[in-house]
Amino acid sequence: MNARTLTALLRKELLMMKRNPIVPRLIVAMPVLVMLIIPLVATLDVKDVGVAVVDNDRTELSRRMVADMEASEYLHITGCYARHDEALRQMENGRADVIVSIPEDYQKDWTSGKKPRLAVEANGVDAMKGTLGAQYAARAAARSLTQWQAERGIGLPAAESNTMNLYNPTLNFRNYMIPALMVVLLIIVCGFLPTLNLVGEKEAGTIEAMNVTPVGKLEFVLSKLIPYWAVGLLIVTVGMLIGWLVYGLVPEGSVGSIYLAAILFSLVMSGLGVAIANRSATILQSIFVMFAFIVVFQLMGGLFTPIASMPRWAQGITYALPPRYFIEIMRAVYLKGATPADLAVQYVALAGFALLLSLAAAATYRRRD
Amino acid sequence: MTACAIDIRGITKRYGQLTALDRVTFSVPEGTLFGLIGPDGAGKTSLYRILTTLLAPDEGTATVAGRDVAKDFRQLRSEIGYMPERFSLYPDLTVSENLHFFASLFGVEVKDNFALIAPIFGQLKKFPDRRAGALSGGMKQKLALSCALIHRPRVLLLDEPTTGVDAISRSEFWDILAGLKEKGITILVSTSYMDEAERCERIALINRGRILDVNTPEKLKERMEGNLYSASSETMYPLLEALRSLPDVKDCYTFGATLHVVTREGFSPEAAICKLREKGLENVRIEPAEGNIEDLFIKLATNDE
Repeated sequence: MNARTLTALLRKELLMMKRNPIVPRLIVAMPVLVMLIIPLVATLDVKDVGVAVVDNDRTELSRRMVADMEASEYLHITGCYARHDEALRQMENGRADVIVSIPEDYQKDWTSGKKPRLAVEANGVDAMKGTLGAQYAARAAARSLTQWQAERGIGLPAAESNTMNLYNPTLNFRNYMIPALMVVLLIIVCGFLPTLNLVGEKEAGTIEAMNVTPVGKLEFVLSKLIPYWAVGLLIVTVGMLIGWLVYGLVPEGSVGSIYLAAILFSLVMSGLGVAIANRSATILQSIFVMFAFIVVFQLMGGLFTPIASMPRWAQGITYALPPRYFIEIMRAVYLKGATPADLAVQYVALAGFALLLSLAAAATYRRRD
Repeated sequence: MTACAIDIRGITKRYGQLTALDRVTFSVPEGTLFGLIGPDGAGKTSLYRILTTLLAPDEGTATVAGRDVAKDFRQLRSEIGYMPERFSLYPDLTVSENLHFFASLFGVEVKDNFALIAPIFGQLKKFPDRRAGALSGGMKQKLALSCALIHRPRVLLLDEPTTGVDAISRSEFWDILAGLKEKGITILVSTSYMDEAERCERIALINRGRILDVNTPEKLKERMEGNLYSASSETMYPLLEALRSLPDVKDCYTFGATLHVVTREGFSPEAAICKLREKGLENVRIEPAEGNIEDLFIKLATNDE
């Protein structure tokens, strides 16, 4: 290991990065655009659920229930119908997502001590909107009923359980997305840029001249990795700043533990990138291989779909995916304020992957020394 | 007897079924301008890659500047300057950035050895801030040579440096090599242009991975004398066929506007002209020709088959 040689190599990488017409802009523009646009677009909040009501009761209580549903910010009533098939038509033509049927003698049964039931049907085509909408509608109706009972002193208020979402109290999908988006950015930038850089040198033939100099394997590979660690940290910084300034989301835990995880993860991705580059002869080959990894990382790493809801065999596979650990760390630090000590398993796993892939990067660099 | 700057013994390299180098053996004395002459695909680049430690031979040993290419490759890399066939500098870096970069990889300063490259770098000095990729072909080649020389290597290995370069730049390049040789640097240069062979002190002829001969250009040319003739007539193709059918003619091939005829002992031009006249070929001229390396190459390559 020769510090002077490494400095010369790093200086060269910096100059080349500066001269590149695309890369420096990409490094700044991509995180900014992704962080500004994606959280606004990719939202899972359910609003504007259309509710068709079949009111067979037509009493004070049933009218009150409809009025309360209409007042909810998530629901709107598409209409009250006398017959179920009329309401169903509303769902078929897309106006209603949920049908609430109030049975005959609903109010009377409650007064006489029986416990009649409401029927709530949800549109399963848009499952997310349907199920959440049905819950909202049922909750609104239950609240009306409780109030009505209390006013009349009928029985005891029904035992109501109250769910509270810890760590993300409003279940704001953005809070779930923003830490994940930083992971996505690191996967793409730290995975692709070193790969393209190294295979580019192969295609240009410059690596040939480099390989007959006394530059060692380690210095050379490090010169390809270090710049992208710096880029990774830059991206995380930009991401955290935008999360704070634009969305008001500040990590509950320490910024240092986010940087520590980001450094380890940049190492993982750039090590993988260099290893792929070493085995590829052309840029095209390396892009395809890298892309295969990235697709699996994005779809199976727990970024958008929770790992817990995957089939068991798939959950097993996710243990071999480094982004899994980085995402867990990011969400835990951002939302729960976890410390590296709490997340020791994840940090150790990331460090292990980083070491393994860096070794792979150095070992696959085919050169005699 | 001067020491050997490059000593190659029985180097063999195979790529699957193909034998790229077949027991190649020759040596280059210290301080010579040595040419490796052969057509495309003869194995020149494979040999360079072995000498520059980029490729391991299957059999045989080689030393460059006294260092074994297999055992001492680390030290060897500081002793050689290599210019691959393809332009291998960073096109996005400027002229001076490339030069400083390569100097720092070898742990030297540009000014330490600037005297050595000054004659080559002369014109480039006017635009140190131009990107290497924007230079003309001849200028790129000079910059690449400067970068290969910046650490004052003992042995300079040039793989087809004049391929794709115009005639004037080629001639200029050979003058530069002659100047470097005067400064005591051993140069092994490969080319597929046979005419360039005569600018070398010694040459090795290589074909299909085998060394055909090693000698000075003059000695090699002498071997052609006495049995090489040039022939011409109004109708060249019938003449070529007729000459090939003569028993005293070993080989006949076109050479520029004339034919070159390689003959056996006892060939007489007058007798041949008579015989050709009998075949209806008039105005045939056959004169002794001075052989050059291309003739010799064709002769040796034919014998080799």
